[in-house]
Amino acid sequence: MVIYGVAVLAGCTLVGLFVGDLIGAAMGLEANVGGVGIAMLLMIACTNVKAAPLKPGTPAGSGVDHWSLMYIPIIVAMAAQQNVAAAVSGGAMAMLAGVAAVVAGFAMVPVLARLARK
Amino acid sequence: MMVLEKFAAANGLLVGFLFVGLVMALAYMIARHLARGLLHGSAVAIALGLLLAWVAGEQTGGTKGVADWPLLAGVGVLGGSMLRDFAIVATAFGVRLSDLRSAGWVAALSIPLGVVLSFLCGAAVAYGFGLRDPVAITTIGAGAATYIVGPVTGASLGAASDIISLSIAAGLVKSVLVMIATPLVAKRIGLDNPASAMVYGGLMGTNSGVTGGLAATDPKLVPYGAMTATFYTGLGCLMGPSVLFLAVKALV
Repeated sequence: MVIYGVAVLAGCTLVGLFVGDLIGAAMGLEANVGGVGIAMLLMIACTNVKAAPLKPGTPAGSGVDHWSLMYIPIIVAMAAQQNVAAAVSGGAMAMLAGVAAVVAGFAMVPVLARLARK
Repeated sequence: MMVLEKFAAANGLLVGFLFVGLVMALAYMIARHLARGLLHGSAVAIALGLLLAWVAGEQTGGTKGVADWPLLAGVGVLGGSMLRDFAIVATAFGVRLSDLRSAGWVAALSIPLGVVLSFLCGAAVAYGFGLRDPVAITTIGAGAATYIVGPVTGASLGAASDIISLSIAAGLVKSVLVMIATPLVAKRIGLDNPASAMVYGGLMGTNSGVTGGLAATDPKLVPYGAMTATFYTGLGCLMGPSVLFLAVKALV
């Protein structure tokens, strides 16, 4: 059933985010540490269990697939509610700091990726 | 108008679906006819979303983009962190563990490296603009990591509120720029496989930027970038007020 897939997805997401909150709190932070990553690992573990009915192409799997296909529309909605006005009106210092960080990050991607492949 | 606003508020999520559907239809039309395949439809859709958020922010003076227009408040639900995280986890469906391991220790290393790199850029810019107060320099540097690390660091160091807003603005510039620029530079920086996507997620770190940028580049790469980016803000909040602040204090 489709709901089984959606339920497993919701369960993995909730457990992951909650554990991420706990890790953050344990470090004295008001930030979620790794919640989405933990949730994704749980999801991968669930799909790799041999006996699990959660495989691509099964009814339960299509419940998960639907939400992964909804990802881009959700990201468009996320983009539409960013505080872009504050980013634009932040002045030269904020603009330059943000741009420099992005350029430096982009420049390092191929360097590290080459290291990773070795 | 009042009746319509009430109705839209009561059916917020549905309004969100309709709004995003229309934006995407328009974006794919632009991509096909105007950009002639140079830009992917989803990249145009994200850019269009940001543009609308800008217009809305200027007009309403609010902080939540189009969600500050009462009729479109539902977009805030659809694009909020709950459904975003839910959909990101869904993209992990079908990911192979061997692909996740492909970047190995370099993926883990990319996260602290990304925090320090962004911090250095932000701090150097702040210094270049004549700031000499270590607290202010650290806060701006932290803002260049993400718009959450900035205010968290600033608050714990007791930075002035105008410096904190500057750090948030720096983080927002980064996030918006990552979303827009990633599909444009993806080929040049070799962002086309799981290993480089994990490294990219760790280096850029800004959650909305990374997930938006990868969605516009190749949705298959999303789970890999999200996997490393999810640790970035937490690590940044940890390093900002501690080691990074001490380093700045020692140098200035």
